[in-house]
Amino acid sequence: MKKILFLLLLNGLVSFAQEQKDTLVPKDLKEVIIIGKKAKIHEKQSKSLASIDEFLDKSSQVDLIKRGAYAWEPIINSMATERTLITIDGMRIFGACTDKMDPITSYVEVSNLSEATIHSGQQGSCFGSTIGGAIDLKRNQNQFGNQKWDFAVNSGFETNSRQKIIGSSVNYTDSLFYVDTDIMFRDADNYKAGNNKEVLFSQFKKLNFSGTSGFKFSQNKLIEASLIYDKATDVGYPALPMDVSLAEALITSLKYMVIPKSPLLKDWETKVYFNTITHRMDDTKRPSVPIHMDMPGWSETFGMYSKITGNKDNHHFLINLNSFYNKSVAEMTMYPENPDENSMFMYTWPDVRTFYTGLFAEDNWVFNCHSGLKMSFSLGSHTNDVASDFGLQSLQIFYPEMEAQKTRLLKSIGLNYNYNKNGLEYGFGTGYSERAPSVSEGYGFYLFNSSDRFDYIGNPNLRNEKSIETNVFFGYKKSKYNVKISSTFFRISDFIVGQPNDFFVPMTIGASGVKLYTTLDYATIFNVDITTEWKISKQFQWSGKIKYSRGQDSNKNNLPFISPVSYQTELKYRCQKLNAAIECIGNGAQTRFGSFYEEKSTAAFAILNFSAGYKFNWSGSILYTKIGVENIVNTYYTTYSDWNKIPRMGRNIFLNLGIRF
Amino acid sequence: MKSLLKYTLAFFIMAATTMFTSCSSDDDTTTTTTDELSGITKFKEFSNDTHTIELYSKAGSLEQGFNEISIRIKDKSTGNYEKNAEVSWMPIMHMTMMNHSCPKSEVEKTTPNGTLYNGYIVFQMAQNTTEYWDLKVDYTIEGTAYTATSVIDVPASAKKKVSSFTGTDGVKYVVAYAEPTNPKVAVNDIALGVWKMQNMMDFPVVDGYKVKIDPRMPSMGNHSSPNNVDATQKTIGGLYEGKLSLTMTGYWKINLQLLNAAGDVLKGETITETVTESSLFVEIEF
Repeated sequence: MKKILFLLLLNGLVSFAQEQKDTLVPKDLKEVIIIGKKAKIHEKQSKSLASIDEFLDKSSQVDLIKRGAYAWEPIINSMATERTLITIDGMRIFGACTDKMDPITSYVEVSNLSEATIHSGQQGSCFGSTIGGAIDLKRNQNQFGNQKWDFAVNSGFETNSRQKIIGSSVNYTDSLFYVDTDIMFRDADNYKAGNNKEVLFSQFKKLNFSGTSGFKFSQNKLIEASLIYDKATDVGYPALPMDVSLAEALITSLKYMVIPKSPLLKDWETKVYFNTITHRMDDTKRPSVPIHMDMPGWSETFGMYSKITGNKDNHHFLINLNSFYNKSVAEMTMYPENPDENSMFMYTWPDVRTFYTGLFAEDNWVFNCHSGLKMSFSLGSHTNDVASDFGLQSLQIFYPEMEAQKTRLLKSIGLNYNYNKNGLEYGFGTGYSERAPSVSEGYGFYLFNSSDRFDYIGNPNLRNEKSIETNVFFGYKKSKYNVKISSTFFRISDFIVGQPNDFFVPMTIGASGVKLYTTLDYATIFNVDITTEWKISKQFQWSGKIKYSRGQDSNKNNLPFISPVSYQTELKYRCQKLNAAIECIGNGAQTRFGSFYEEKSTAAFAILNFSAGYKFNWSGSILYTKIGVENIVNTYYTTYSDWNKIPRMGRNIFLNLGIRF
Repeated sequence: MKSLLKYTLAFFIMAATTMFTSCSSDDDTTTTTTDELSGITKFKEFSNDTHTIELYSKAGSLEQGFNEISIRIKDKSTGNYEKNAEVSWMPIMHMTMMNHSCPKSEVEKTTPNGTLYNGYIVFQMAQNTTEYWDLKVDYTIEGTAYTATSVIDVPASAKKKVSSFTGTDGVKYVVAYAEPTNPKVAVNDIALGVWKMQNMMDFPVVDGYKVKIDPRMPSMGNHSSPNNVDATQKTIGGLYEGKLSLTMTGYWKINLQLLNAAGDVLKGETITETVTESSLFVEIEF
């Protein structure tokens, strides 16, 4: 067992799980959402078969932009995909949709995952450059052991969208070999909002298969192959003008791990990986579109990393060398009403090849059992190359001097101090990090944003975005209660944002204009959250959290998608095999909304949820039941992170069942 | 194993031979006559007593609008192509009530040592069942004048490539689209011609005017493109050259405005929310 201290966040419950075997423990400040080992998946979660999006939504550091019932886009520290880094077991994967309909999290299934590790800001730079932070989705890690078969069947039903969930897993373990397989299928109809109105085009179907197999070929060497196949079809996006007919991903990797004999090194892990994503947008089912169009996209990534961890005296260090090569292509073909007219074709992503190689090093310097200093730095080379001549010439309409290739150097450095004694804990840190523009920001061609209704044109001449951040937290913990306040502040210079250009005529029919990606002087983002917990009695436990964010650009305009005051509070009851919880979630009114960025304000709301679970045991088999009601009073509401203010789900009763034998 | 070695050896010898022969062919001067015809196709052949006239174009045909045409003159008795002829041409439209010509260039030698002569003709109207074009080619070889005439096929173009109109100054003009023949999603070099009708037979080039360009896609809500450059003359008597940005494939209406040297608009309108097309335009589709 590794001796680590995690800051756990579990259903709004903040607690420390400390293993007291070693007093010299590096205190890595990060948030870990435990999804649960596959075998235990049902034990702790109030809704065991929730989607990965719903799991992430419970974290105080992660919010999700919702364009429908499916494939929500994570935002960390109020920053979305471009400024964050999402990996699956350290693998870089890039969505193939120009409209961000397929965040990486949409290609995994909750039953594959054991935890999601969230690093705030620069501390997330282990697998590449980031400003806002990183989420690493960790898959189930089986252990070698006694020969054992393990079978499980999961199923669920949700009344609101008539979502049907069925899945199963088969695991085998012995002392030298293991294999884990897992399959899950979801099928949901349109959901109904709080006023019982059907939200059209919110249906989805998703099939996910995951397989991992490891082989220990010597006492300290392991090789592991893994595969994820995910296929979503008929996915509706009620907030967008188009749906998705197919989102398909194949994610493969081969890992080699050594536990070195040297006392200096703890483990050395090397992985090579490949993933390919196909994404097809579809507007054929929409009743009235100004023009019918096909918008397929493809993304392929080859990559590797080699990560080594070790200890020397009071230093716990980690070094990671990582590299990837990504190919992103997206097309648009539009079909005029007159069938004799030629179809209209363009590359919206002009076959952009991104090659990144970076080195990350971190040292956790533990002064004593109470305090430590974490230092980390990263250096990476990032090259973009436009491989399609057609695409390059298209962009040269806007940038006549543009060259196909551009190389950038990305740097980051961070320092974090922490202290913990007698229940009192505090820490502070500072960091500097840079990021390269995303493919859309650098090379996008007439990408329509249905929120501000502008066509966006990429800008290959953008400077790197640079962020200086500070963070601080303060907490007090006793056996019965604890409270913690933490805050992050970012000052991002050369902040990349689209700015309207009156000279250009939009391409999309009905668009308000064209925005070119440019850099603003700077923007500032501030986040603060307070979490607290109180163990009232052996059975009852109360927790609460409250959060606020603020974002402004250098022209004093509010940034869009910044959370107003939001809160969550929960009362839990646990008695042997029975557990139950009642939860209230709400937001204050969004008064500081990004009107300059065409954002509208969102009203305050509060909803009530209830869940209960019971575990039955008989003759070696276990049956879990989870039942719950979400949005009990059927409130009609929308949040600041709902794209185009689509309403959220109304009252929903769910039932999850799991059998393990 | 032995045979594998043999095949490998044979392959290398073959490769070496091919490389050697292909290198040496670069110096071969006899191939230049055939290179002359690369990219153009013969679409018409007619003759008088002494010579056969061959007409070539890129498309292998003519159509209403701007046409670049190459000519070869073959001596019937020797079968050789004449390299030192002075050539001129006269296209005539035979209408029911009258005859007229159209804008055309001088006929020049394509290369000093070659057999081709070339120029352009702008057919401002297409043939129909009763009205037709013919082409008279006059040429002089070593002081002797010859002539040959033939009817030529000028069908209507699928897209509008030429416009003849009376400007606000009362002058009759012809404006035609010449380049690009193969438009791309890129910034294209556009070439347009402007001529005026002096009389039924003379259509000289108009110098020093300007043609404003506004490409639009009517099927895409009149989407336009950035960084177009209005067409102006680089040389007196030449075509008007500008830049044409096309952001996607499909049907584009190139709205035009003809301005005289003083900047007065002679024909065409600025595109606005309410004025979605100009009365002077050409079309492309790719």
